Amino acid sequence: MDAFSEFIRGITRDNPILGLVLGLCPALAVTTSVENAIGMSVATAFVLVCSNVFISTLRKQIPSAVRLPIFIIIIATFVSIIRMVMEAYVPSMHAALGIFIPLIVVNCIIIGRAEAYASKNNVFFSFVDALGIAAGFLLVLVLIGGIREILGTGQIVAFGYTLLSLPINPAVTTMIMPPGAFLTIGIIMAVVNYQRAKKRAKGG
Amino acid sequence: MEKALLAIFLEGVFIKNFLIIQFLGLCSFVGVTKDVKSAAGMAGAVVFVMALAATASYMIYTYILVPTTMTFLDLISFIVVIAALVQLVEFVVRKNIPALYRSLGIYLPLITTNCAVLGVVMLNVQSEYNFIQSVVFGISAGIGFTIVMLMMSAIRERSSFVRTPSSIKGLPLAFLIATMLSLAFVNYFWVIPI
Repeated sequence: MDAFSEFIRGITRDNPILGLVLGLCPALAVTTSVENAIGMSVATAFVLVCSNVFISTLRKQIPSAVRLPIFIIIIATFVSIIRMVMEAYVPSMHAALGIFIPLIVVNCIIIGRAEAYASKNNVFFSFVDALGIAAGFLLVLVLIGGIREILGTGQIVAFGYTLLSLPINPAVTTMIMPPGAFLTIGIIMAVVNYQRAKKRAKGG
Repeated sequence: MEKALLAIFLEGVFIKNFLIIQFLGLCSFVGVTKDVKSAAGMAGAVVFVMALAATASYMIYTYILVPTTMTFLDLISFIVVIAALVQLVEFVVRKNIPALYRSLGIYLPLITTNCAVLGVVMLNVQSEYNFIQSVVFGISAGIGFTIVMLMMSAIRERSSFVRTPSSIKGLPLAFLIATMLSLAFVNYFWVIPI
């Protein structure tokens, strides 16, 4: 088991959204723009890394009968921390993400990784696994956010910089409304399935 | 001005529908809507826990956290309350209504990590609803959840007879169906003037 392949696994095979299909709520709700997608991913990454490392450190002390309540309380503590930090330093981002910051607590990715990985592996690999999963989450969220923002508003603006501008006129505002999120992820998943099937056919 | 209860109710069921407008509780939405029976079971369990959680969390927030100025602990206390509530409901249902337990059984533990329940609680705090308003919002969100779960599972059951390309089968198809349902629900915003 080497660290690099564990990291890559989080982006490809165990990608939280496209591979494990966990944590769909934030992936669809906050991806109205690239900026929100990045903010959400960074907050989730912080909680994921901290909770994975912490749970992995304590994995021999936590009695298995009550492990889930303990995991939830550890995760809730880290979510409270990031929530207060964001409220203090990036209030506009905190307002845009709304209740999805506190809802990181019930994000299935975090408790899923705690249960499936951190409670069985050592601290270093749990850390690498959390980084890989967080990177996979970030990439998919930015992809969905980018598609929705470019079609919905005609340009991608992140942190005050215009990254891309296309002459889409009139802009398809449905894309930044709820239906656009379902449509985008449906098409992305179909493309991923198609590519996987093609790869499988080639491999024999 | 205080918000009318009917307005809160219609908002919870249609305009701010939890599943397809606010994206809360999507895991169960795509996970257990393969047939109508399990969708109905999940929805029933969620409605029940949602109403109870809205009540219990209001009590805790207003009578314990606010007087002691510890509102920053809201998240931790709510999640503990929901987890305890789910355990309690599971215990009571198993003891008293074994038939219901057999049909809800596997869905009950899943509800602790269902974002819809914590979502109701957090939205109640955020909108500063009073006790009656919180409970009404909890119940209406549950009804909205049930309606969409039933619609979705019925459509998915039928759509299993349709010939679709193999790469669209399963989750992508579910999301495309959700797109159309969502397109319909988005427009309730214009139909119901609040």
